[in-house]
Amino acid sequence: MAIDIYAGNFGAKELNHLLKRTLFGAKRSDIAGFVGQSVAQVVDFLLRDLPLPNPPVNNYNDTAYTDANVPAGQTWVTAPYTDGTANSRRVASFKAWWITQMLNQPASIREKLTLFWHNHFATEADMVDDARYIYKHNALLRSNAMGNFKILTKQVTIDPAMLRYLNGYASTRTAPDENYARELQELFTLGKGPDSKYTEADVKAAARLLTGFTLDSTNITSVFNTSRHDITDKQFSSFYGNKLIKGRTGTDGAKEVDDLLDMIFAQVEVSKYICRRLYRFFVYYDITADVEANFITPLAEIFRNANYEIKPVLKVLFTSNHFFLAQNRSCNIKAPVDFVVGLAREFEIVFPDASDYVNVYYMSDYLRSTASNLQQNLADPPNVSGWPAYYQIPQFYELWINSDTLPKRNVFTDRFISTGYTRNGKKIVIDPIAYTSKFSKPEDPNILLDEALAHLYTIDVSADVKKFLKSILLSNQVTDAYWTTAWLDYKAAPTTAKTAIVQTRLQEFYKYIMNLEEYQLS
Amino acid sequence: MKRREFLTKAMPAGVVLPSLIGGFSLKAFGASSLLSAITAANQETDHVLVIIQLNGGNDGLNMILPLDQYDNLTLARPNIILPQNKIIKLSGFNTGIHPSMSGLAGLYDDGKVQVIQSVGYPQPNFSHFRATDIWLSASDADQTIESGWAGRYLSEEYTNFPIGYPNTVMPDPLAIQIGSFISPAFQGPSVNMGMAISDPVNFYNLINGIQSPAPNSNAGKELTYIRQVSQQTQQYASVIKAAAGKVTKQGAYPTNNSLADQLKVVARLVAGGLKTRLYMVNIGSFDTHAAQVNTGSTETGTHAVLLQRVSDAIKAFMDDLKGLGASKRVAGMTFSEFGRRIKSNASNGTDHGAAAPLIVFGDAIQGGVLGKNPTISAATSVNDNIPMQYDFRSVYATLLENWFCVDKATLSSVMLKNFQSLPLIQAGTNCMSTNLAQTNRLSGESLISNYPNPFTTTTTIKYTSKGGHVLIQVFNTMGKLMATVVDAVKDEGTYNINFENQHFAPGVYYARLQNGELQQVRNMLIVS
Repeated sequence: MAIDIYAGNFGAKELNHLLKRTLFGAKRSDIAGFVGQSVAQVVDFLLRDLPLPNPPVNNYNDTAYTDANVPAGQTWVTAPYTDGTANSRRVASFKAWWITQMLNQPASIREKLTLFWHNHFATEADMVDDARYIYKHNALLRSNAMGNFKILTKQVTIDPAMLRYLNGYASTRTAPDENYARELQELFTLGKGPDSKYTEADVKAAARLLTGFTLDSTNITSVFNTSRHDITDKQFSSFYGNKLIKGRTGTDGAKEVDDLLDMIFAQVEVSKYICRRLYRFFVYYDITADVEANFITPLAEIFRNANYEIKPVLKVLFTSNHFFLAQNRSCNIKAPVDFVVGLAREFEIVFPDASDYVNVYYMSDYLRSTASNLQQNLADPPNVSGWPAYYQIPQFYELWINSDTLPKRNVFTDRFISTGYTRNGKKIVIDPIAYTSKFSKPEDPNILLDEALAHLYTIDVSADVKKFLKSILLSNQVTDAYWTTAWLDYKAAPTTAKTAIVQTRLQEFYKYIMNLEEYQLS
Repeated sequence: MKRREFLTKAMPAGVVLPSLIGGFSLKAFGASSLLSAITAANQETDHVLVIIQLNGGNDGLNMILPLDQYDNLTLARPNIILPQNKIIKLSGFNTGIHPSMSGLAGLYDDGKVQVIQSVGYPQPNFSHFRATDIWLSASDADQTIESGWAGRYLSEEYTNFPIGYPNTVMPDPLAIQIGSFISPAFQGPSVNMGMAISDPVNFYNLINGIQSPAPNSNAGKELTYIRQVSQQTQQYASVIKAAAGKVTKQGAYPTNNSLADQLKVVARLVAGGLKTRLYMVNIGSFDTHAAQVNTGSTETGTHAVLLQRVSDAIKAFMDDLKGLGASKRVAGMTFSEFGRRIKSNASNGTDHGAAAPLIVFGDAIQGGVLGKNPTISAATSVNDNIPMQYDFRSVYATLLENWFCVDKATLSSVMLKNFQSLPLIQAGTNCMSTNLAQTNRLSGESLISNYPNPFTTTTTIKYTSKGGHVLIQVFNTMGKLMATVVDAVKDEGTYNINFENQHFAPGVYYARLQNGELQQVRNMLIVS
């Protein structure tokens, strides 16, 4: 059965839902820019192709250390390794740079998809242990994020970072290593659903087939070494129709990877598994029998018919009636990276100017470390399965929230609405007055309240909660005019005293909005 | 009625137990388990199990070594085998322990450590993902269960949690995960029974004000979940802070050792008087496919460092607990999702394997080595794995029964079926347990043999029952269950049964006998 396209009202509320899921936080300017367009137009725009961003640079020279191979402000991604100190600083540089890409993202799904693919084809910077490999791997994910999944899988299979991470580079015909062969099937293409029935023998056969790839650690590329490749035939199980992949000799041995992927991608389960993963990441984790039959199955068919092109699937997903159903709104618990970057974007926190790249990296690094404390360490997921919140039955996203991380989330929001983060004489902090000034009528506490909640939440709150929130603005007075007067007085003459009056009330107001559990939902 | 419900319902608050017991007719209790549970309530409630997860798949053969198999093990893993003269021998057994685990070896000498050989399960899974799920849920290999074994236990013991908790009977968290991510082992049938703590002293005040009603939708479900976490965090924060506050001085712990940091928090909370039953701590990076050891100095390297951390942390933890007067209350166990392959690979590492030794420790543990050394062939092939001697669920079941005094009926609903009880806990420690020495002595007899061996079409398996249920299963070297030969109650005596080769490929097969607490593995060879 076909998937229905959304035909309901498509206004700010629907845009907020769509953008919070596809971007890291929805800026009001993003929402406003799309109002009046159709859902198909907006989704097309989110899915447009973009050039790759400039690579990370040496932000890390300081009084204690200078990278002999990379001048300050120049990129290190193609430079020699230098030494362990340089490498660990480059890894930090890469991670901060990645956060900066999210912070400065245009209205495009690409950054969120890059995180999706990072979780899917998980690698750990800590284990790959060379920032240049990690950057290259990340660039591969980003440039193919909306491309073709089969091509991406092929590229990842021979990607230097992945060869290193899952020992493919050390896998030889005399000692085939099963690590990548297993994860390729279990995690990257087929999954472990009930219809994924590859066998241990298939893992071993694939391991033999994948032998021969090694690394050129100067150019950071993979190299096929014919003498290390197992040239014998590889027999696969009945799950794969008893496919026999003929062994190839010489440089042709490298083509066996294509034979393998052709065989794997002939399985319907691949398209279903990837659609389920996209669904869990972008919609909701609970795939009921109804969702499986009426959404995943037809979506997977679209994926197969499009020869594993990713865009057609995302187009249908995000323009579907299903995506906009009430049951699928506000049910996504913000992942840590989404939580911290989303806060910075939605409140339009001002970062140091791009030319002051050293401080930009410092600030981004602070957001990275916060997300890491909240259990999402970018580029270093717990293992090759990615973060449990995206796969662990039955809790999924709920795993982000526990008695340790929930208070930490509050510490973070409380900090940014009050003192902010200062380093090197620069500060990032929420400016509640600047944020409030952009609403349509900030002097009216009712309109301000409605507009702030409509932006920061995707779920409605009760009249009692609204009343309470308004009482913060009114300092427990009952007349709206007290706030109106305070705001207009400040606007007319922003003296220190008048600024403090609105500033403290707005700080309390937004603090409370972010402390309520509703703020955790997207 | 569960004991706790009984206490909650029958006792006015503040009543001291002994006087209450004086008021009851002893006969009214029938079987004495309830009575003994009540009289022993204080100690019983105080028992704590600390679970140490070694994430990544620990190479058991590089941790606990079968000394009588050293030559064949050297053939199988020439590039990583420990030098024979460096291995610490475990007294009383022809079994050794890695030289970096001297702390644990010291505890072993004090009789506080038991090594359980070759722990696994039928049809082992070689995926981290799936194998971890199996260990945490205690499911069969081909079964998916969404709850964790410890979560099921806690939900049986503390019915209706979190509704009505904390209360006077159980004022403390049921289970604590040290860190920021709660283990799926604590997942109950409907809610997670655990709480995550990284710093027991600093808790942040969460708001507690007016709430909108949660809508009846997916969003409402998630909102309710977050609110529940918030509420529990506030409720338990004060008891945790109070417990931590009671312990102002602790023993020395090694530095740069995340496991030691975690166990230090556990010791503080246990000694501070929390009634929390289960603690989970983790240490990772055991997935040593490459560079497991340093070339030419195999007693050093990644795995040696990890093992030393585990050993040093447990030693410091036990010493600290002793100093704090809490060591008698604590039992601990290690586990990893699988062991590693017998044969090493070309990159000085090992690939995913099957059964591996598991360590239990504590004052109440029966020290020693349970089970036989695994047999290593002179011609180990790359796919060969250590066959299982003990099902990991037997370890859980035994600890629940003999350490937490869970009755048989509850036990089978927690563990989903019956598993053999093992001699882990010293006899006389609250719940009864049999004697390790006796079990080991019995296991010295040949309880299962076959003739002819090797064989082509038929062999006769001869086995001895000490009475009770007998299970004989045949596994291949990958751990796959090939046949169940006997599954019946057998009176004490010796029996014969024919075993037919059902078109099995030539090779080694393991016939595993299980009879009550005893089990033995017999290698059978099929030739064409």
